[in-house]
Amino acid sequence: MYKKLVVPIDMEHEDKLQKSLETAANIAKHYDAEVCYLGISTEAPSSVAHSPEEYRKKLEAFAQQQSGMHGHRVSAKAVASHDPSADINDTLLKAIEDAGADLVVMASHIPGIADRFWPSHGGAVASRAKVSVFLVR
Amino acid sequence: MSVQKSEAAIPSPEGPANVIETDYEIGQDNVTPQLGPFGLDIHNPVFFVSGLTIVAFVFLTLAFQNQVGPLFGDLRSWLTSTFDWFFLFAGNVFVLLCLFLIVSPYGRVRIGGRDATPDYSYTGWFAMLFAAGMGIGLMFYGVSEPISHYSSAIGGVTLENGVRTDWAPLGGAAGNQVEAERLGMAATIFHWGLHPWAVYAVVALALALFAYNKGLPLTIRSAFYPIFGDRVWGWTGHIIDILAVFATLFGLATSLGIGAEQANAGLEFLFGIPVSNTSKVLLILAITGVALMSVVAGLDAGVKRLSEINMVLAALLLLFVILVGPTLAIITGFFSNLLAYAEYLPALSNPFGREDANFSQGWTSFYWAWWISWSPFVGMFIARVSRGRTVREFIICVLLIPSIVSVLWMTAFGGTAISQIVNDNYTAVQDAGLELKLFTMLAALPLTEITSFVGIALVIVFFVTSSDSGSLVIDTITAGGKVNAPVSQRVFWATFEGLVAIALLLGGGLVALQAMAVSTGFPFTIVLLLTCYTIIKGLASEPR
Repeated sequence: MYKKLVVPIDMEHEDKLQKSLETAANIAKHYDAEVCYLGISTEAPSSVAHSPEEYRKKLEAFAQQQSGMHGHRVSAKAVASHDPSADINDTLLKAIEDAGADLVVMASHIPGIADRFWPSHGGAVASRAKVSVFLVR
Repeated sequence: MSVQKSEAAIPSPEGPANVIETDYEIGQDNVTPQLGPFGLDIHNPVFFVSGLTIVAFVFLTLAFQNQVGPLFGDLRSWLTSTFDWFFLFAGNVFVLLCLFLIVSPYGRVRIGGRDATPDYSYTGWFAMLFAAGMGIGLMFYGVSEPISHYSSAIGGVTLENGVRTDWAPLGGAAGNQVEAERLGMAATIFHWGLHPWAVYAVVALALALFAYNKGLPLTIRSAFYPIFGDRVWGWTGHIIDILAVFATLFGLATSLGIGAEQANAGLEFLFGIPVSNTSKVLLILAITGVALMSVVAGLDAGVKRLSEINMVLAALLLLFVILVGPTLAIITGFFSNLLAYAEYLPALSNPFGREDANFSQGWTSFYWAWWISWSPFVGMFIARVSRGRTVREFIICVLLIPSIVSVLWMTAFGGTAISQIVNDNYTAVQDAGLELKLFTMLAALPLTEITSFVGIALVIVFFVTSSDSGSLVIDTITAGGKVNAPVSQRVFWATFEGLVAIALLLGGGLVALQAMAVSTGFPFTIVLLLTCYTIIKGLASEPR
């Protein structure tokens, strides 16, 4: 049913991703689909990497590590953004479309009062993406 | 596994660059408190110390207005008159360093690594650096400054007890109208040409180099790594960053307050909107509101787009003045003013043994302190958007092209106003207050309603583009160089800046705190001279 999953990840908060990563890996194995790990980097140095290039290498290593753990097919897609705090939803949506995904699996938090005014990234992607979105809370 | 590369966003491999190995991890000193529904990601202690000191200074100024005003006013004039030689000398060092970098082999180093590609097109990049760098000043001084220098130059030298009391640049040009115009334009261009842009270029290049090539956080302290080593992550660096936040926020808030007073005067002149605290506060709220929308929309959708609108409006106004004003005189004036600038430059920039103390201290040295106090903000913003350019390209676009635009702008606006006085005997511009000079000049040209409206719109949009880029810069510094901190933080800084401006406007103290912001130019001059050394050192270790 699904051929390619996109899993947006925030490498700064890897610890909060376990549940969504496992969910994605299990779905991928069930449908024999590929998982593309999508990361948005800053162009200025960040706590994850000094440059977009270094970020891309770390993301590739991360994808391979996931493949080693779960045995599914993986790929990695790194996108650099001028101003991720503001652009992240648009950047994610464009990258999801470019990757040709048919399912997005994404970690999100339980909506609070702030989400009524300022939806989470997961919420924004779910409401605007053209493909199915699975939010893991 | 297959690896996809996003064509649009990731510039192909960045190529060799010489990253500085340090154990410091960006964001390691950050704390992430939850403030109600909003999560924050801020540097401890830079965020708290700068925020609290700013609040404390606002309260102290409001409480002790009569003491604080003269104190900072005196401090500023003491600094600019005692250390005038130091400001002028440093300014020359910055220009010479930039010119050297254009011709030296270091010019081949690329910001972001040898194979990095530019983040922004020339137009978007140029619009942003111009809107952040000068913008509003050109609106207010484009007409008034050439007239001031022209009038004082034609008045010549006046002596009282052997001390010069006139404000003429150099030796003036008593009674010689042609020479007075040349000297007046040269002096104006001197203040708006190579020197200010060299100050910005030095700060911006240092920050861009140490962030994009050396991998250090995008914050002011990183430029000092070659001098202080790992101590920049401690209090030495905290103080540098706090000082930068301080200068930026007070610089922005006080010019927002003073700008609101001037914009209100313009609105009264044009539309009869009365000058009152209510209108001024409404203006500040409107400007801050638009700036808020802009920072929330982000660098590309907000700041860049507004800067482009701004540049188009400014270009239209400039073109209009050139076409409707004395066209031929402006075109020939552009070249003769460039020549006059080149001819007078050595004398105007001479730091030692000056006889025109009023001019060199009251104008030049004050301007240098002013540009330098703005440099952490403008420099950091320019750095943020300049990745992918070579050093040579960078200096040409940050130093030479803006200087030429300044020459054209000053020639068109100042030249038209001088020609109105000299040829048409229209002296209204000379008599008008500073904030109205532009509008009285435009009033003598056709289509006044439209051009004045464009003028007011430009003043307001220029404030917005300063305010939004300033908030981005302060947010990045107070987040320890993280450019992906939560949006709520920049909302906080933009709002805070508006509130400080309103408090000072209603309570008094705008001028006093602006004097203090300008005074920070002195310590920063020392800091910037050190930066010249770190730039050379940093560039020398880069692959070319």
